[in-house]
Amino acid sequence: MSEEKELWRWKEYNWRNPAIDWKDAAVITAGVDVGSVSSQAVIMCDGELYAYASMRTAADSPGSALKAIDWAMEDTGLTLDDIHFTVGTGYGRVNIPFADHAITEIACHARGAGFIYGSTVRTVLDMGGQDCKAMRIDEKGKVISFIMNDKCAAGTGRGLEVFANLLGVSIEEVGELSLQVEEEPEPVSSTCVVFAKTEAVGLLRSGWSKEKVLAAYCSAMARRVASLLERIGVVDDFAITGGIAKNVGVVSRLEKVLGVKALKPKLDTQLAGAIGAALLGRALAKKISH
Amino acid sequence: MPSGFDQEQAAREALLAALKIAGLTEAELVCVIATGAGQAAVSFASGTVTEVSAAARGAIQLFPQARTVIDVGAEEGRAVKIDETGKVVDFVINEKCAAGTGSFVEGMSRALGVTLEEMGTLSLQGEKTVPMNAQCAVFAESEVVSLIHARISKADIAKSIHAAMAGRISAMVRRVGMQKEVAMIGGVAYNKGFVQAMENELEVKMLLHEEYHEYISALGAALIAAEKAGVN
Repeated sequence: MSEEKELWRWKEYNWRNPAIDWKDAAVITAGVDVGSVSSQAVIMCDGELYAYASMRTAADSPGSALKAIDWAMEDTGLTLDDIHFTVGTGYGRVNIPFADHAITEIACHARGAGFIYGSTVRTVLDMGGQDCKAMRIDEKGKVISFIMNDKCAAGTGRGLEVFANLLGVSIEEVGELSLQVEEEPEPVSSTCVVFAKTEAVGLLRSGWSKEKVLAAYCSAMARRVASLLERIGVVDDFAITGGIAKNVGVVSRLEKVLGVKALKPKLDTQLAGAIGAALLGRALAKKISH
Repeated sequence: MPSGFDQEQAAREALLAALKIAGLTEAELVCVIATGAGQAAVSFASGTVTEVSAAARGAIQLFPQARTVIDVGAEEGRAVKIDETGKVVDFVINEKCAAGTGSFVEGMSRALGVTLEEMGTLSLQGEKTVPMNAQCAVFAESEVVSLIHARISKADIAKSIHAAMAGRISAMVRRVGMQKEVAMIGGVAYNKGFVQAMENELEVKMLLHEEYHEYISALGAALIAAEKAGVN
Protein backbone atom coordinates (compact mmCIF):
# COMPACT_ATOMS: atom_id res chain seq x y z
CA MET A 1 0.00 0.00 0.00
CA SER A 2 3.05 2.24 0.25
CA GLU A 3 2.80 3.35 -3.40
CA GLU A 4 -0.61 4.87 -2.68
CA LYS A 5 -0.62 8.62 -2.28
CA GLU A 6 -1.48 9.43 1.29
CA LEU A 7 -4.23 11.96 0.85
CA TRP A 8 -5.33 11.73 4.49
CA ARG A 9 -2.14 13.43 5.57
CA TRP A 10 -2.95 16.56 7.49
CA LYS A 11 -0.01 18.42 8.94
CA GLU A 12 1.94 16.39 11.48
CA TYR A 13 3.68 18.89 13.74
CA ASN A 14 5.04 19.82 17.13
CA TRP A 15 4.97 23.08 19.04
CA ARG A 16 6.57 24.56 22.15
CA ASN A 17 5.59 27.59 24.23
CA PRO A 18 8.69 29.82 24.30
CA ALA A 19 7.33 31.82 27.26
CA ILE A 20 7.61 28.88 29.66
CA ASP A 21 10.71 27.31 31.17
CA TRP A 22 9.77 23.86 32.44
CA LYS A 23 12.49 24.03 35.08
CA ASP A 24 10.42 26.65 36.92
CA ALA A 25 7.30 24.46 37.00
CA ALA A 26 6.10 22.82 40.20
CA VAL A 27 4.06 20.13 38.45
CA ILE A 28 4.72 18.87 34.94
CA THR A 29 2.06 16.58 33.53
CA ALA A 30 1.55 14.91 30.18
CA GLY A 31 -1.50 13.67 28.31
CA VAL A 32 -1.15 11.17 25.51
CA ASP A 33 -4.12 10.46 23.27
CA VAL A 34 -3.54 7.42 21.09
CA GLY A 35 -6.47 7.42 18.72
CA SER A 36 -7.33 4.94 16.02
CA VAL A 37 -6.12 7.34 13.36
CA SER A 38 -4.04 10.06 15.03
CA SER A 39 -1.98 10.40 18.23
CA GLN A 40 -1.26 13.51 20.26
CA ALA A 41 1.03 14.19 23.20
CA VAL A 42 0.60 17.32 25.32
CA ILE A 43 2.94 18.53 28.09
CA MET A 44 1.64 21.02 30.63
CA CYS A 45 3.53 23.04 33.23
CA ASP A 46 1.30 23.92 36.18
CA GLY A 47 -1.79 23.64 34.02
CA GLU A 48 -0.43 25.75 31.18
CA LEU A 49 0.20 24.45 27.73
CA TYR A 50 3.95 23.94 27.29
CA ALA A 51 4.50 21.65 24.32
CA TYR A 52 2.66 19.23 22.06
CA ALA A 53 2.94 16.99 19.03
CA SER A 54 0.34 15.56 16.70
CA MET A 55 0.90 12.67 14.30
CA ARG A 56 -0.60 9.68 12.53
CA THR A 57 -1.01 6.58 14.74
CA ALA A 58 1.39 3.85 13.67
CA ALA A 59 0.77 0.10 13.73
CA ASP A 60 1.20 -0.25 17.51
CA SER A 61 -0.08 1.87 20.40
CA PRO A 62 3.05 1.83 22.61
CA GLY A 63 5.26 2.90 19.71
CA SER A 64 2.87 5.65 18.64
CA ALA A 65 2.60 7.00 22.19
CA LEU A 66 6.35 7.07 22.64
CA LYS A 67 6.94 8.74 19.29
CA ALA A 68 4.37 11.43 20.05
CA ILE A 69 5.78 12.27 23.50
CA ASP A 70 9.37 12.19 22.21
CA TRP A 71 8.41 14.64 19.52
CA ALA A 72 6.63 16.90 21.99
CA MET A 73 9.78 16.88 24.21
CA GLU A 74 12.08 17.57 21.24
CA ASP A 75 14.68 20.30 21.95
CA THR A 76 13.20 21.00 25.39
CA GLY A 77 15.77 19.04 27.40
CA LEU A 78 12.85 17.30 29.10
CA THR A 79 12.95 13.54 29.61
CA LEU A 80 10.15 11.18 30.63
CA ASP A 81 11.61 11.17 34.16
CA ASP A 82 10.99 14.91 34.51
CA ILE A 83 7.26 14.49 33.95
CA HIS A 84 5.48 14.00 37.26
CA PHE A 85 2.34 12.37 35.99
CA THR A 86 1.23 11.03 32.61
CA VAL A 87 -2.32 10.13 31.64
CA GLY A 88 -3.10 8.01 28.62
CA THR A 89 -6.38 8.24 26.74
CA GLY A 90 -7.95 7.24 23.44
CA TYR A 91 -8.41 3.93 21.70
CA GLY A 92 -4.88 2.76 22.66
CA ARG A 93 -4.85 4.16 26.23
CA VAL A 94 -4.38 0.84 28.02
CA ASN A 95 -1.30 0.19 25.93
CA ILE A 96 0.90 3.16 26.85
CA PRO A 97 3.79 1.78 28.91
CA PHE A 98 5.01 5.07 30.39
CA ALA A 99 1.57 6.33 31.47
CA ASP A 100 0.72 6.43 35.19
CA HIS A 101 -2.99 6.23 34.58
CA ALA A 102 -5.58 5.69 31.83
CA ILE A 103 -8.77 7.76 31.50
CA THR A 104 -11.53 7.35 28.90
CA GLU A 105 -11.47 9.75 25.97
CA ILE A 106 -14.95 10.91 26.87
CA ALA A 107 -13.80 12.42 30.16
CA CYS A 108 -10.66 13.80 28.53
CA HIS A 109 -12.42 15.40 25.58
CA ALA A 110 -14.95 17.03 27.88
CA ARG A 111 -12.16 18.49 30.02
CA GLY A 112 -10.10 19.44 26.97
CA ALA A 113 -13.08 21.20 25.38
CA GLY A 114 -13.39 23.32 28.51
CA PHE A 115 -9.72 24.33 28.15
CA ILE A 116 -9.92 25.09 24.43
CA TYR A 117 -13.32 26.79 24.43
CA GLY A 118 -13.82 28.03 27.99
CA SER A 119 -16.16 27.09 30.82
CA THR A 120 -19.37 28.13 29.03
CA VAL A 121 -19.39 24.93 26.94
CA ARG A 122 -22.31 22.63 27.76
CA THR A 123 -22.45 20.40 24.68
CA VAL A 124 -19.39 18.83 23.10
CA LEU A 125 -19.28 16.91 19.88
CA ASP A 126 -16.09 14.93 19.40
CA MET A 127 -15.66 13.82 15.82
CA GLY A 128 -12.72 11.50 15.70
CA GLY A 129 -11.17 9.01 13.34
CA GLN A 130 -13.25 5.98 14.23
CA ASP A 131 -16.03 7.28 16.40
CA CYS A 132 -18.28 10.17 17.10
CA LYS A 133 -19.44 11.20 20.56
CA ALA A 134 -21.96 13.72 21.77
CA MET A 135 -21.53 14.85 25.40
CA ARG A 136 -23.28 17.17 27.79
CA ILE A 137 -20.92 18.69 30.33
CA ASP A 138 -21.09 20.96 33.37
CA GLU A 139 -19.09 24.14 34.01
CA LYS A 140 -16.15 22.13 35.35
CA GLY A 141 -15.91 20.09 32.19
CA LYS A 142 -17.40 17.02 33.87
CA VAL A 143 -19.53 14.72 31.74
CA ILE A 144 -23.24 14.59 32.62
CA SER A 145 -24.32 12.29 29.80
CA PHE A 146 -23.07 11.09 26.44
CA ILE A 147 -23.88 8.91 23.47
CA MET A 148 -21.54 7.61 20.84
CA ASN A 149 -21.34 5.84 17.52
CA ASP A 150 -18.30 3.62 17.25
CA LYS A 151 -19.84 0.83 15.21
CA CYS A 152 -20.18 2.45 11.82
CA ALA A 153 -17.80 4.61 9.78
CA ALA A 154 -20.57 6.93 8.58
CA GLY A 155 -20.01 10.26 10.29
CA THR A 156 -16.39 9.57 11.26
CA GLY A 157 -13.03 10.80 10.06
CA ARG A 158 -12.21 7.44 8.51
CA GLY A 159 -15.32 7.68 6.37
CA LEU A 160 -14.30 11.13 5.23
CA GLU A 161 -10.81 9.86 4.41
CA VAL A 162 -12.30 7.17 2.20
CA PHE A 163 -14.09 9.91 0.28
CA ALA A 164 -11.05 12.17 0.11
CA ASN A 165 -9.08 9.26 -1.32
CA LEU A 166 -11.74 8.40 -3.86
CA LEU A 167 -11.81 11.97 -5.16
CA GLY A 168 -8.05 12.47 -4.96
CA VAL A 169 -8.42 15.42 -2.62
CA SER A 170 -6.36 15.99 0.51
CA ILE A 171 -8.36 15.69 3.75
CA GLU A 172 -7.53 19.29 4.70
CA GLU A 173 -9.09 20.63 1.50
CA VAL A 174 -12.35 18.68 1.70
CA GLY A 175 -14.24 21.30 3.72
CA GLU A 176 -13.31 24.32 1.61
CA LEU A 177 -13.90 22.51 -1.68
CA SER A 178 -17.31 21.30 -0.53
CA LEU A 179 -18.41 24.91 -0.12
CA GLN A 180 -17.51 25.80 -3.70
CA VAL A 181 -20.90 24.87 -5.11
CA GLU A 182 -23.50 27.21 -6.49
CA GLU A 183 -26.38 25.26 -5.10
CA GLU A 184 -26.44 22.79 -2.22
CA PRO A 185 -27.01 19.29 -3.68
CA GLU A 186 -29.14 16.59 -2.08
CA PRO A 187 -27.09 14.69 0.52
CA VAL A 188 -25.62 11.31 -0.45
CA SER A 189 -28.44 8.87 0.27
CA SER A 190 -26.46 5.80 1.38
CA THR A 191 -25.55 5.65 5.04
CA CYS A 192 -22.84 3.01 4.70
CA VAL A 193 -19.54 4.49 3.54
CA VAL A 194 -18.97 1.54 1.21
CA PHE A 195 -22.28 2.16 -0.55
CA ALA A 196 -21.85 5.92 -0.43
CA LYS A 197 -18.60 5.44 -2.31
CA THR A 198 -20.39 3.52 -5.06
CA GLU A 199 -23.04 6.23 -5.11
CA ALA A 200 -20.37 8.92 -5.43
CA VAL A 201 -18.72 7.17 -8.39
CA GLY A 202 -22.12 7.10 -10.07
CA LEU A 203 -22.61 10.81 -9.39
CA LEU A 204 -19.19 11.64 -10.85
CA ARG A 205 -20.00 9.61 -13.96
CA SER A 206 -23.25 11.46 -14.37
CA GLY A 207 -21.27 14.69 -14.56
CA TRP A 208 -21.17 15.97 -10.97
CA SER A 209 -18.06 17.94 -10.05
CA LYS A 210 -15.80 16.80 -7.20
CA GLU A 211 -16.96 19.82 -5.22
CA LYS A 212 -20.60 18.88 -5.62
CA VAL A 213 -19.97 15.27 -4.55
CA LEU A 214 -18.04 16.51 -1.51
CA ALA A 215 -20.87 18.90 -0.69
CA ALA A 216 -23.35 16.01 -0.87
CA TYR A 217 -21.17 13.89 1.41
CA CYS A 218 -20.43 16.62 3.97
CA SER A 219 -24.13 17.35 4.07
CA ALA A 220 -24.96 13.66 4.69
CA MET A 221 -22.34 13.57 7.46
CA ALA A 222 -23.75 16.70 9.07
CA ARG A 223 -27.24 15.20 9.14
CA ARG A 224 -26.05 11.96 10.59
CA VAL A 225 -24.12 13.67 13.35
CA ALA A 226 -26.99 16.06 13.98
CA SER A 227 -29.31 13.14 14.70
CA LEU A 228 -26.83 11.85 17.28
CA LEU A 229 -26.69 15.29 18.91
CA GLU A 230 -30.45 15.71 18.87
CA ARG A 231 -30.80 12.50 20.84
CA ILE A 232 -28.77 13.98 23.67
CA GLY A 233 -30.08 17.55 23.22
CA VAL A 234 -27.96 20.54 22.29
CA VAL A 235 -27.54 23.15 25.01
CA ASP A 236 -25.47 26.34 24.45
CA ASP A 237 -22.58 26.77 24.24
CA PHE A 238 -21.82 24.17 21.66
CA ALA A 239 -18.26 23.15 20.78
CA ILE A 240 -16.67 20.58 18.49
CA THR A 241 -13.43 18.71 19.14
CA GLY A 242 -11.48 16.16 17.10
CA GLY A 243 -10.21 16.31 13.55
CA ILE A 244 -13.51 17.04 11.81
CA ALA A 245 -13.95 20.26 13.79
CA LYS A 246 -11.40 21.60 11.30
CA ASN A 247 -13.64 20.71 8.35
CA VAL A 248 -15.61 23.85 7.59
CA GLY A 249 -17.79 21.94 5.12
CA VAL A 250 -19.17 19.62 7.80
CA VAL A 251 -19.22 22.23 10.60
CA SER A 252 -21.10 24.92 8.66
CA ARG A 253 -23.69 22.41 7.45
CA LEU A 254 -24.07 20.98 10.94
CA GLU A 255 -24.65 24.48 12.34
CA LYS A 256 -27.34 24.98 9.74
CA VAL A 257 -29.12 21.69 10.48
CA LEU A 258 -29.00 22.29 14.25
CA GLY A 259 -29.66 26.01 14.06
CA VAL A 260 -26.82 26.48 16.56
CA LYS A 261 -23.40 28.05 16.03
CA ALA A 262 -20.33 26.23 17.27
CA LEU A 263 -17.72 28.18 19.24
CA LYS A 264 -14.58 29.09 17.30
CA PRO A 265 -11.57 27.11 18.54
CA LYS A 266 -8.47 28.86 19.87
CA LEU A 267 -6.35 25.75 19.48
CA ASP A 268 -6.04 22.71 17.26
CA THR A 269 -9.18 20.70 18.07
CA GLN A 270 -7.34 17.41 17.59
CA LEU A 271 -5.48 18.17 20.83
CA ALA A 272 -8.58 18.20 23.05
CA GLY A 273 -8.21 14.63 24.31
CA ALA A 274 -4.52 14.96 25.18
CA ILE A 275 -5.04 18.37 26.82
CA GLY A 276 -7.87 16.95 28.92
CA ALA A 277 -5.67 14.01 29.90
CA ALA A 278 -2.82 16.31 30.97
CA LEU A 279 -5.24 18.46 33.01
CA LEU A 280 -6.83 15.47 34.70
CA GLY A 281 -3.29 14.19 35.32
CA ARG A 282 -2.51 17.40 37.18
CA ALA A 283 -5.39 16.84 39.58
CA LEU A 284 -4.29 13.24 40.13
CA ALA A 285 -0.66 14.27 40.69
CA LYS A 286 -1.76 16.78 43.33
CA LYS A 287 -3.88 14.18 45.08
CA ILE A 288 -0.96 11.77 45.22
CA SER A 289 1.56 14.33 46.51
CA HIS A 290 -0.76 15.33 49.39
CA MET B 1 -21.55 -9.03 -16.28
CA PRO B 2 -20.77 -6.14 -13.94
CA SER B 3 -23.66 -3.67 -13.76
CA GLY B 4 -21.46 -0.58 -14.15
CA PHE B 5 -23.18 2.74 -13.84
CA ASP B 6 -25.64 2.60 -16.68
CA GLN B 7 -28.02 -0.04 -15.40
CA GLU B 8 -30.30 0.16 -18.40
CA GLN B 9 -27.45 -0.49 -20.79
CA ALA B 10 -26.01 -3.26 -18.63
CA ALA B 11 -29.40 -4.98 -18.55
CA ARG B 12 -29.78 -4.70 -22.31
CA GLU B 13 -26.29 -6.00 -23.00
CA ALA B 14 -26.86 -8.96 -20.71
CA LEU B 15 -30.17 -9.74 -22.38
CA LEU B 16 -28.70 -9.49 -25.88
CA ALA B 17 -25.81 -11.77 -24.95
CA ALA B 18 -28.24 -14.34 -23.56
CA LEU B 19 -30.48 -14.09 -26.66
CA LYS B 20 -27.48 -14.68 -28.88
CA ILE B 21 -26.56 -17.87 -27.05
CA ALA B 22 -30.20 -19.03 -27.20
CA GLY B 23 -30.46 -18.17 -30.91
CA LEU B 24 -33.48 -15.92 -30.27
CA THR B 25 -34.38 -12.32 -31.04
CA GLU B 26 -35.89 -9.80 -28.65
CA ALA B 27 -39.15 -9.83 -30.62
CA GLU B 28 -39.64 -13.47 -29.75
CA LEU B 29 -39.75 -12.75 -26.02
CA VAL B 30 -43.31 -12.81 -24.70
CA CYS B 31 -42.66 -11.33 -21.29
CA VAL B 32 -39.61 -9.79 -19.59
CA ILE B 33 -39.54 -9.35 -15.82
CA ALA B 34 -36.79 -7.38 -14.13
CA THR B 35 -35.52 -7.78 -10.58
CA GLY B 36 -32.57 -6.59 -8.49
CA ALA B 37 -31.36 -3.23 -7.20
CA GLY B 38 -31.59 -1.68 -10.67
CA GLN B 39 -34.96 -3.18 -11.68
CA ALA B 40 -36.55 0.25 -12.15
CA ALA B 41 -33.96 1.16 -14.78
CA VAL B 42 -34.92 -1.74 -17.07
CA SER B 43 -37.31 0.17 -19.33
CA PHE B 44 -37.81 -2.74 -21.75
CA ALA B 45 -39.22 -5.03 -19.04
CA SER B 46 -42.97 -5.49 -18.90
CA GLY B 47 -42.91 -5.81 -15.13
CA THR B 48 -40.75 -6.19 -12.04
CA VAL B 49 -40.62 -8.51 -9.04
CA THR B 50 -38.82 -7.96 -5.77
CA GLU B 51 -35.43 -9.58 -5.24
CA VAL B 52 -36.96 -11.62 -2.45
CA SER B 53 -39.68 -13.17 -4.64
CA ALA B 54 -37.25 -13.79 -7.47
CA ALA B 55 -34.75 -15.47 -5.16
CA ALA B 56 -37.47 -17.66 -3.65
CA ARG B 57 -38.87 -18.71 -7.02
CA GLY B 58 -35.47 -19.47 -8.50
CA ALA B 59 -34.35 -21.40 -5.44
CA ILE B 60 -37.43 -23.63 -5.20
CA GLN B 61 -37.02 -24.54 -8.88
CA LEU B 62 -33.50 -25.83 -8.32
CA PHE B 63 -33.91 -27.05 -4.74
CA PRO B 64 -37.51 -28.26 -4.22
CA GLN B 65 -36.67 -29.28 -0.64
CA ALA B 66 -35.42 -25.80 0.35
CA ARG B 67 -37.40 -23.91 2.99
CA THR B 68 -34.83 -21.26 3.77
CA VAL B 69 -32.96 -19.32 1.10
CA ILE B 70 -29.86 -17.30 1.88
CA ASP B 71 -29.01 -14.82 -0.84
CA VAL B 72 -25.79 -12.85 -0.49
CA GLY B 73 -24.91 -10.43 -3.25
CA ALA B 74 -22.55 -7.50 -3.66
CA GLU B 75 -24.48 -4.98 -1.60
CA GLU B 76 -27.25 -6.93 0.08
CA GLY B 77 -27.71 -10.02 2.16
CA ARG B 78 -31.09 -11.61 2.72
CA ALA B 79 -32.64 -14.60 4.43
CA VAL B 80 -35.96 -15.79 3.03
CA LYS B 81 -38.30 -18.37 4.50
CA ILE B 82 -40.39 -20.10 1.81
CA ASP B 83 -43.11 -22.72 1.57
CA GLU B 84 -43.09 -25.80 -0.68
CA THR B 85 -44.38 -23.77 -3.64
CA GLY B 86 -41.62 -21.20 -3.35
CA LYS B 87 -43.92 -18.57 -1.90
CA VAL B 88 -42.29 -16.16 0.52
CA VAL B 89 -43.39 -16.68 4.13
CA ASP B 90 -41.03 -14.20 5.77
CA PHE B 91 -37.73 -12.47 5.06
CA VAL B 92 -35.01 -10.26 6.54
CA ILE B 93 -32.82 -7.96 4.46
CA ASN B 94 -29.64 -6.10 5.21
CA GLU B 95 -29.56 -3.21 2.81
CA LYS B 96 -28.21 -0.28 4.78
CA CYS B 97 -24.80 -1.56 5.67
CA ALA B 98 -22.05 -3.38 3.78
CA ALA B 99 -21.18 -5.68 6.72
CA GLY B 100 -21.87 -9.25 5.65
CA THR B 101 -22.11 -8.55 1.91
CA GLY B 102 -19.92 -9.16 -1.10
CA SER B 103 -18.47 -5.67 -0.97
CA PHE B 104 -17.30 -6.43 2.57
CA VAL B 105 -15.19 -9.39 1.36
CA GLU B 106 -13.96 -7.28 -1.54
CA GLY B 107 -12.68 -4.63 0.86
CA MET B 108 -11.05 -7.25 3.07
CA SER B 109 -9.32 -8.94 0.13
CA ARG B 110 -7.87 -5.54 -0.80
CA ALA B 111 -6.61 -5.05 2.74
CA LEU B 112 -5.08 -8.55 2.71
CA GLY B 113 -3.55 -7.97 -0.71
CA VAL B 114 -5.10 -11.06 -2.30
CA THR B 115 -7.64 -11.35 -5.09
CA LEU B 116 -11.29 -11.86 -4.30
CA GLU B 117 -11.10 -15.31 -5.89
CA GLU B 118 -8.24 -16.31 -3.57
CA MET B 119 -10.15 -15.38 -0.43
CA GLY B 120 -12.14 -18.62 -0.31
CA THR B 121 -9.28 -21.05 -0.81
CA LEU B 122 -7.05 -19.05 1.52
CA SER B 123 -9.70 -19.22 4.19
CA LEU B 124 -9.97 -23.02 3.90
CA GLN B 125 -6.25 -23.22 4.74
CA GLY B 126 -6.79 -21.28 7.95
CA GLU B 127 -6.36 -23.17 11.21
CA LYS B 128 -8.04 -20.84 13.65
CA THR B 129 -10.13 -17.71 13.84
CA VAL B 130 -9.32 -14.57 15.78
CA PRO B 131 -12.17 -12.37 16.97
CA MET B 132 -12.89 -9.41 14.69
CA ASN B 133 -14.18 -6.45 16.69
CA ALA B 134 -15.26 -4.27 13.81
CA GLN B 135 -18.45 -5.03 11.93
CA CYS B 136 -18.20 -1.96 9.74
CA ALA B 137 -16.42 -2.70 6.45
CA VAL B 138 -14.39 0.49 6.72
CA PHE B 139 -13.22 -0.20 10.28
CA ALA B 140 -12.67 -3.89 9.53
CA GLU B 141 -10.19 -2.94 6.81
CA SER B 142 -8.07 -1.13 9.42
CA GLU B 143 -8.48 -4.08 11.75
CA VAL B 144 -7.21 -6.47 9.09
CA VAL B 145 -4.15 -4.27 8.68
CA SER B 146 -3.59 -4.46 12.47
CA LEU B 147 -3.93 -8.25 12.36
CA ILE B 148 -1.31 -8.40 9.59
CA HIS B 149 0.99 -6.26 11.77
CA ALA B 150 0.32 -8.64 14.66
CA ARG B 151 1.68 -11.42 12.42
CA ILE B 152 -1.53 -13.41 12.18
CA SER B 153 -1.35 -15.53 9.02
CA LYS B 154 -3.35 -14.37 6.02
CA ALA B 155 -5.16 -17.71 5.98
CA ASP B 156 -6.29 -17.25 9.58
CA ILE B 157 -7.33 -13.67 8.89
CA ALA B 158 -9.36 -14.78 5.87
CA LYS B 159 -10.99 -17.48 8.00
CA SER B 160 -11.81 -14.89 10.66
CA ILE B 161 -13.29 -12.49 8.11
CA HIS B 162 -15.63 -15.18 6.82
CA ALA B 163 -16.57 -16.22 10.34
CA ALA B 164 -17.49 -12.61 11.13
CA MET B 165 -19.57 -12.33 7.96
CA ALA B 166 -21.25 -15.64 8.64
CA GLY B 167 -22.14 -14.44 12.12
CA ARG B 168 -23.86 -11.44 10.64
CA ILE B 169 -25.82 -13.35 7.97
CA SER B 170 -26.68 -16.19 10.36
CA ALA B 171 -28.25 -13.71 12.74
CA MET B 172 -30.62 -12.77 9.91
CA VAL B 173 -31.34 -16.43 9.22
CA ARG B 174 -32.18 -17.02 12.88
CA ARG B 175 -34.39 -13.96 12.94
CA VAL B 176 -36.44 -15.31 10.07
CA GLY B 177 -36.46 -18.76 11.72
CA MET B 178 -34.29 -21.31 9.96
CA GLN B 179 -36.01 -24.34 8.49
CA LYS B 180 -34.23 -27.11 6.64
CA GLU B 181 -33.22 -27.49 3.94
CA VAL B 182 -31.17 -24.34 3.50
CA ALA B 183 -30.12 -23.14 0.06
CA MET B 184 -27.52 -20.51 -0.65
CA ILE B 185 -27.60 -18.35 -3.76
CA GLY B 186 -26.00 -15.11 -4.96
CA GLY B 187 -22.47 -14.34 -6.05
CA VAL B 188 -20.90 -14.73 -2.62
CA ALA B 189 -21.83 -18.45 -2.72
CA TYR B 190 -18.76 -18.86 -4.97
CA ASN B 191 -16.67 -18.13 -1.92
CA LYS B 192 -15.97 -21.53 -0.37
CA GLY B 193 -14.60 -19.95 2.77
CA PHE B 194 -17.84 -18.13 3.39
CA VAL B 195 -19.96 -21.23 2.64
CA GLN B 196 -17.90 -23.26 5.11
CA ALA B 197 -18.22 -20.54 7.75
CA MET B 198 -21.99 -20.46 7.25
CA GLU B 199 -22.24 -24.24 7.54
CA ASN B 200 -20.21 -24.13 10.78
CA GLU B 201 -22.27 -21.30 12.20
CA LEU B 202 -25.71 -22.75 11.35
CA GLU B 203 -24.64 -26.40 11.71
CA VAL B 204 -26.34 -27.33 8.48
CA LYS B 205 -25.17 -28.43 5.03
CA MET B 206 -25.97 -25.84 2.38
CA LEU B 207 -27.74 -26.69 -0.83
CA LEU B 208 -25.66 -25.11 -3.56
CA HIS B 209 -25.92 -25.06 -7.31
CA GLU B 210 -22.78 -26.35 -9.01
CA GLU B 211 -22.27 -22.93 -10.56
CA TYR B 212 -24.28 -19.91 -11.71
CA HIS B 213 -25.09 -18.82 -8.15
CA GLU B 214 -25.68 -15.26 -9.29
CA TYR B 215 -28.18 -16.33 -11.99
CA ILE B 216 -30.72 -17.91 -9.68
CA SER B 217 -32.71 -14.74 -9.00
CA ALA B 218 -32.80 -13.98 -12.73
CA LEU B 219 -34.02 -17.54 -13.25
CA GLY B 220 -36.73 -16.86 -10.68
CA ALA B 221 -37.75 -13.69 -12.54
CA ALA B 222 -37.90 -15.65 -15.81
CA LEU B 223 -40.13 -18.31 -14.19
CA ILE B 224 -42.42 -15.61 -12.82
CA ALA B 225 -42.51 -14.05 -16.32
CA ALA B 226 -43.53 -17.42 -17.77
CA GLU B 227 -46.35 -17.73 -15.24
CA LYS B 228 -47.55 -14.21 -16.02
CA ALA B 229 -47.51 -14.93 -19.72
CA GLY B 230 -49.47 -18.13 -19.12
CA VAL B 231 -46.67 -20.39 -20.30
CA ASN B 232 -46.40 -23.68 -18.48
